[in-house]
Amino acid sequence: MIKKIFDATINYMQIMDENGNIDQQLFPKNLSDEQIIEMYKYMSLARAVDAKNLSLQRQGRAVTYAPLLGEEATQVGSAYAMRENDLFVPAFRQHALYMVKGLPLYKLFLVLKGYEDGFDAVDKPSKLNVLPEIVPVATQLPHAAGLAYAKKYSKDGSAVITYVGDGGTSEGDFYEAINFAGVFKLPLIIIIENNGWAISIPRKKQTAAGTLAQKAIAAGIPSIQVDGNDVIGVYKAVSDAVMNSKNGPTVIECITYRMGIHTTADDPTKYRPDADVEAWKPKDPILRLRKYLEAKGLWNQSKEQQMADQNSKLIDAAVDKAEAFVVNPKSMFENIYSYMPDVLKEEEDEAEASGFWQEGSVE
Amino acid sequence: MQMNIVSALNNALDLAMTENEKMVLLGEDIGTDGGVFRVTDGLLSKYGESRVIDTPLAESSIVGTAIGMAIGGLFPVPELQFAGFMYLSFSQIVNHVARYRARTRSAITLPMIIRTPVSGGVRTLEHHSESPEVEYAHIGGLIVVEPSNPYDAKGLMLAAAHGKDPVIFLEPTKLYRLFKQDIPENAYEVPIGKANVIKQGDDLTIITYGTMVEVVKNVVEKRKLSAEVVDLRTINPIDEKTIIESAKKTGRVMIVHEAPLSFGVGAEISARIAEKAIFELDAPIIRVAAPSLPYPLPGDEKFYVPNELKVSKAIDKLLSE
Repeated sequence: MIKKIFDATINYMQIMDENGNIDQQLFPKNLSDEQIIEMYKYMSLARAVDAKNLSLQRQGRAVTYAPLLGEEATQVGSAYAMRENDLFVPAFRQHALYMVKGLPLYKLFLVLKGYEDGFDAVDKPSKLNVLPEIVPVATQLPHAAGLAYAKKYSKDGSAVITYVGDGGTSEGDFYEAINFAGVFKLPLIIIIENNGWAISIPRKKQTAAGTLAQKAIAAGIPSIQVDGNDVIGVYKAVSDAVMNSKNGPTVIECITYRMGIHTTADDPTKYRPDADVEAWKPKDPILRLRKYLEAKGLWNQSKEQQMADQNSKLIDAAVDKAEAFVVNPKSMFENIYSYMPDVLKEEEDEAEASGFWQEGSVE
Repeated sequence: MQMNIVSALNNALDLAMTENEKMVLLGEDIGTDGGVFRVTDGLLSKYGESRVIDTPLAESSIVGTAIGMAIGGLFPVPELQFAGFMYLSFSQIVNHVARYRARTRSAITLPMIIRTPVSGGVRTLEHHSESPEVEYAHIGGLIVVEPSNPYDAKGLMLAAAHGKDPVIFLEPTKLYRLFKQDIPENAYEVPIGKANVIKQGDDLTIITYGTMVEVVKNVVEKRKLSAEVVDLRTINPIDEKTIIESAKKTGRVMIVHEAPLSFGVGAEISARIAEKAIFELDAPIIRVAAPSLPYPLPGDEKFYVPNELKVSKAIDKLLSE
């Protein structure tokens, strides 16, 4: 005897197409014009910050950096759909989240310059509700699941959202985290920010699975694929997942595209044809949202110019403040344990007394 | 109360969970089964499944989810079933548990106790007998403790539970039920970072911890030596003061551990004595340890784990120099 015992479907959702046309049936009714404009502003700010930091890095004024260019709708749309007390667990490319959640911009630049001190504002759940970026791929996902467990334990009704790239879905921690979230029915939303590339490895070489969303099926949790350059679609998918979070987790695969480099240490011309990038340019998330707003009479060139000027001022002030930061090497030693062990104190004192923290060379 | 290490740890966890409703235990088979060594026996029925969590079989996320729980305000106590399987969670421990306080300049801290049985001598399967203390002590940011008796096991567990740091809590499998001690019923702490001079002596110093404490004590008693025996109890941060004082006092030092010789705790202690007390030594320092190779299958373990004879011969050498 043989019979079908399991069947599954993965849906794809798009609400706003490349030309800014809207699927009225799917359009979220709770989303106002003002909110859409605000999302547009966050997306534009994220792109401006991104461009600024790339330039700083090229001048030696910031460390290795992973740009978000092209992925603004996935990041801003998802962040914007979350509620005040919900908690964010990013990977290493989701810089737009810090802007939506209100991390002072200079703190972000401080981090991008290579100082832990920028993350001292990324405090516990009670404050900004967004965690520091995590570099080892997919290792943040179990943290998010554990946080969701703590949220469920506290019965405060809030949820957790976390992010992983397409390459990250090959990691063990991805499977472990969605499995854990499924078993305990945790209030967790996992965004797969599928930008097509894991450094040089294209999506089709990452897995034989037809979609990344279908990986959730094995963990027994619902999932959907959405146009990740459609900020309205992303917003809707995440809003739905938030509504359902009291029942358990959701995986949302956002199809977007890494318009730029993996990081500043990367040269994509070695593995990616220019035509590939060109083909994605008309699908730009900011471009299509601007088309929508202009068609509705909500935006124009003068507003665009005004916003760009404001962003420049904001960014320049933040960079100036970050560059005025004076590092204290003692912070390295004094934030390891809740107390200062004698043996570590001795190392700190010795380092300070030896003078090697000062500029200088061996005579 | 007469207790072995298993019942002392069970009692300590029980007291800590009653004191702190944010404390949760998680791990494989720790709930209904009470843990494969029964350290968490009875706690599920007392505290419920939201606080005593039988997790899926996935070590990386046992530690990974504990990190999230700690950030979310809970005090997680993950159990890794065996030290050899704990390597699957090594990435989470090294990359995140050890670093979170530093990388947020103390804005986010991760109080947690990561428990695992360690060391061999009990004729078990491959990957069930490792002594990984150095691997965790070397990173920085992790407190590493290893009790050798029921009193210290309970006291260190409660000190860890009252602390704010991530603690790697290593429990020697062989000692779990080897002997009982009369220990206080109520809560008490054994200070973290403080070695225990378990026997005063003048002729030599033997620094040890974990499974080797019993071995060393037996040799010293049988040979009626005037040896100072130091049980480290905390591997990191190391109690250098107690070590240097004893080295200066006796002038002859031996370090005994079950973990392999090279790059071990013995090397660390030898270096510190060399830096601070070398001119007060009467003989070169001697290390007694397992050979510098991976733990063998049980057929060979009696040739691998240091025993009383090996320690005794090394003492002869130390005293003859």
